Amino acid sequence: MSSPQWLVDRRSAAVHTDQFAMPSSEEEVWRYSRVADVDLNQWATVSDRSEGVPAEAAALLDSLGQLSGAVVVRNGSVVAARLDEALVAKGVYVGSLVDGPDAQTSLGVVADGGPDVFGRLNDANFLDGVLVHVPAGVTVEAPVAIIDWVDLDGAAVYPRLVVRVGADADVRVLDWHGSADIAAFVSPLVELDVDRAGRLSYGNVQMRGPGVWQIASQVSRVLNDGTLNSSHAGLGCDYGRMRTDCELLGRGATGNLSAVYFGTDSQTLDFRTFQHHAAPDTNSNLLFKGAVGGHSRSIYTGLIRVEKDARGTNAFQTNRNLKLSDTAWAESVPNLEIETNDVKCSHASTVGPVDEEQVFYLESRGVPTEIAERLIVAGFFDEVLEEFPVAAAVPLIAAAIDERLDAGVNS
Amino acid sequence: MGELRIQGLTAEVAGRQILNGVDLVVKSGEVHAVMGPNGAGKSTLSHVLMGKPGYTVTGGSVTIDGVDLLALPTYERAKAGLFLAMQYPVEVPGVSLEELLTEALSAQGRDASVVHTTVAAEAERIGLATRLLDRPVNVDLSGGEKKRNETMQLAVLRPKFAILDELDSGLDVDALRACSRRVEAATTEFDLGVLAITHYSRLLEELKPDVVHILAQGRIVSSGGPELADELERTGYAEWVEDEAPAPAADPFADPFADPFA
Repeated sequence: MSSPQWLVDRRSAAVHTDQFAMPSSEEEVWRYSRVADVDLNQWATVSDRSEGVPAEAAALLDSLGQLSGAVVVRNGSVVAARLDEALVAKGVYVGSLVDGPDAQTSLGVVADGGPDVFGRLNDANFLDGVLVHVPAGVTVEAPVAIIDWVDLDGAAVYPRLVVRVGADADVRVLDWHGSADIAAFVSPLVELDVDRAGRLSYGNVQMRGPGVWQIASQVSRVLNDGTLNSSHAGLGCDYGRMRTDCELLGRGATGNLSAVYFGTDSQTLDFRTFQHHAAPDTNSNLLFKGAVGGHSRSIYTGLIRVEKDARGTNAFQTNRNLKLSDTAWAESVPNLEIETNDVKCSHASTVGPVDEEQVFYLESRGVPTEIAERLIVAGFFDEVLEEFPVAAAVPLIAAAIDERLDAGVNS
Repeated sequence: MGELRIQGLTAEVAGRQILNGVDLVVKSGEVHAVMGPNGAGKSTLSHVLMGKPGYTVTGGSVTIDGVDLLALPTYERAKAGLFLAMQYPVEVPGVSLEELLTEALSAQGRDASVVHTTVAAEAERIGLATRLLDRPVNVDLSGGEKKRNETMQLAVLRPKFAILDELDSGLDVDALRACSRRVEAATTEFDLGVLAITHYSRLLEELKPDVVHILAQGRIVSSGGPELADELERTGYAEWVEDEAPAPAADPFADPFADPFA
């Protein structure tokens, strides 16, 4: 399958890799990051198509229960796609972006070039991309799942996903990032576009192998009275970064952003969030909860920006971190930038060990210390997992959390 | 017959000695009330017995049937038969009551398969609404609900000895009655020994003490029968508070639920 001419032109318009300047960790948005250790010459950008559905991806799909549609992406190539006939008839599309409706206008609709150099690299290098398109007024009942799988050792892969939800349309999407046990560099760019009164619930599970470096970007825009619920589970990778830009552009737009993350060994999990209120009566609520054990590190920095015109805004930002070992490290930096008085805004951030009083309470009933701490840490994530957009993914996330707790994270 | 024996117990918090040699023996089925003014060391005593972090035992011993509790971590004290109903039960988000009790019983090698039915039965008995049982432990419970919940857990776990740390604080009269009746029943049902730490005598209306002790300045200064509690109700703790001016005629520790015109 060859790319259409418009895409070839678009790619060649993007500057060549070696002319891309890597950002410096002196920049605030890259502070504490490991971007200085990224050497793109170390990785071979994938240009050949991959074929066939990996067994792991097929097994994952089977475990997700009823789905309206599914896409499997392997090293950037769409290798399988399906969608219920009834939804096809209603104009819903789930599949390769380049083959989708209005492909040319959909690509970059929210994030032309992305927010940073890795977005531009994605623009220049992505293969197929995935498009989920739900026309105005259509409700997709069962979730749509995308399994983004990487199993090419030494590769640089640039997955691209565009989700377009029309006016008053409704869909839930699970975007699963997995990999074989390989070393690879992955830089996904996700564009979420919610039209007037549309509702998009997007769940992203990052469970790539421990040899993978991932620098991801999720950019969303929400128009009048639209609602985006975006939830992330960050568990895998050696270095796993996600930048979230949520643009509330229409009156009454809502963006709920949540995440759980759990670092072990020498992982670094890195989160940057931007809640941008550009219209009146917009609402955003952010809750990121993480735990760090072993020698792992986590970084959270977040900015709420409220424009002059965004009167009647409600914006909340909470980041809570559990530090499970003496050698783990968590950084949390919330920020507000508010240009109008008519707002309700708050931010909160904590970094600390498991609550001693809670442990004592459980122990006083006869629960051994280790089990008590385990129950508390697992329970700490419940608040976010209960609201995870695709319920069928929750037991898988909980199992991965249990696995980390089983492995012992206190040392 | 079992025995909780506290001998010459001294303890400090942040370098300050709070307990100055506490001696107490509670036998199975007995109810002992420990009463005392603010700052007497009542809560310290309950925390030290259960092994709460932040307290240092500097001397003395605590045993249940000869087992040295002070050498054990908190959860093993529970396994040895001790239970602490807390004054301020902590909220534990994300952990359900059933999970908690299942883990507690399993760790002691007891049958945890009965937790669900036992909890349901005990909750009904103590008047704890079923809908509250699905909530994470203590989360969003009222003061009275928390104390009913503590007492309900006591009934499910059936310890040998229970310390009630101001079970009568922060709850209404109905909840107080339900909790104290349940504990009273437990003294015959499973021969529970009780150490009821309290400021007021109202807890003791339904939970009949065999012995009343007065704790002041970190030691037991007087012990007697139930009549001692009645006397305290009339005279207050003035006699036992050396460092403060004598209490005014009106009882400064009067029951806030009492009828002022009575």
